[in-house]
Amino acid sequence: MTPHQTRNILICSGKGGVGKTTLTANLGIALARQGVRTAVLDADFGLRNLDLLLGLENRIVFTAQEVLAGSCRLEQALVKHKQEPNLALLPAGNPRMLEWLKPEDMQAIVAMLAPSFDVVLIDCPAGIEDGFKNAVSAAQEAIVITTPEVSAVRDADRVIGLLNTHGIKPIQLVLNRVRPKMMANQEMLSVNDVTDILALPLLGLVVEDEQVIVSTNRGEPLTLGGSRSPAALAYSNVARRLQGEDVPLPDPAKMGRGLRAKLSRLIKTKIF
Amino acid sequence: MTLRDTITRLLGLQRASATTARERLQLVLAHDRSDLNPELLEQMRREILEVVSRYVEIDFDEVDVSLETEDRVTALVANLPIRRAKAVVQPGVKANISLGVKDAELAKPDAPASPEPGSASRPEVETASPTTTEPGQPAAEALQPGPTAESASRESFQNLS
Repeated sequence: MTPHQTRNILICSGKGGVGKTTLTANLGIALARQGVRTAVLDADFGLRNLDLLLGLENRIVFTAQEVLAGSCRLEQALVKHKQEPNLALLPAGNPRMLEWLKPEDMQAIVAMLAPSFDVVLIDCPAGIEDGFKNAVSAAQEAIVITTPEVSAVRDADRVIGLLNTHGIKPIQLVLNRVRPKMMANQEMLSVNDVTDILALPLLGLVVEDEQVIVSTNRGEPLTLGGSRSPAALAYSNVARRLQGEDVPLPDPAKMGRGLRAKLSRLIKTKIF
Repeated sequence: MTLRDTITRLLGLQRASATTARERLQLVLAHDRSDLNPELLEQMRREILEVVSRYVEIDFDEVDVSLETEDRVTALVANLPIRRAKAVVQPGVKANISLGVKDAELAKPDAPASPEPGSASRPEVETASPTTTEPGQPAAEALQPGPTAESASRESFQNLS
């Protein structure tokens, strides 16, 4: 087999609840469907949830903790997704791992994963403390996810600063929970506002979509079933862009069709 | 400013919250990125004014020292309108007196935002006032800002955060 370079991609946000884990799960499935051998690594040891969103919570036997302790082999801990065998989850261990886990441990884990996977997605914990520092030490590139809200953008900015100091490159942005109608009414930060402020290239734009909640209820990521919902399409497009495909980004102003959207575009025209 | 902002302003309505959000964010991020707390910034501002007012007479009412940020680069932008160049450091009584009057005027309204008119200029006032022989002179000085063209110096340097 030809030697390959595994991409270790950190998925982070700073603020909690903006959609890191949902993105990790959907992106993992979408990449796997494209034939990319993908591992998702739950680095949120304190509040793990990736297993739940992937519907794999009942199949966990061993975790990263046992792998690091040497009490099981990596293959024993990896939980393969039944419908998408290209995807495997390495579950987070006991929250007490936080007391002793070091950046070197995370680096050891991704080094173990490297021979068998093309992409490792690292689901980062919220915050910028030790959990974040451990996770960032194992990554070379990052996806920052945020929502068009002041608190989320501010926290994302903080995280981007830290990623820069760790030499993470490239850093790309996913804007989540976009509400085109509110943006059209200028009651929500626009896509340009956020990309200008954070000065990052936009990797994806996900509209607010109730189907995301439905899919997490079921433990079946939207990208799994070939759903036609807007968020499913957005997540698949993120995966395609991540693989270097040129997929045009949607323009939220054009998401609302007809006169209303035209008027809203007119009214947002810069006059001076 | 967008068309909508103009309309709402004309009608006296509340402007779009996205505009407010953007402005608030830009301000708070400039501070976050610089890692300067407000006290440090205030101290730096005071010292900058102190140094600059050794050489020129600054219009303290119009002074604006703030952090601005663009493309993740934070800059300290100081806008210091100059009333006139000071006579060479030679303790020129005239220049000192006029500065002293200005300081006194500033002290009364005591706006918290306005810088303490410089701990450096205070001592100058004290040394200058005994030499003031005519009480009418300083007031006249203050009323006529002088023919010197007011210029604004805009200095910025990059903050490596």
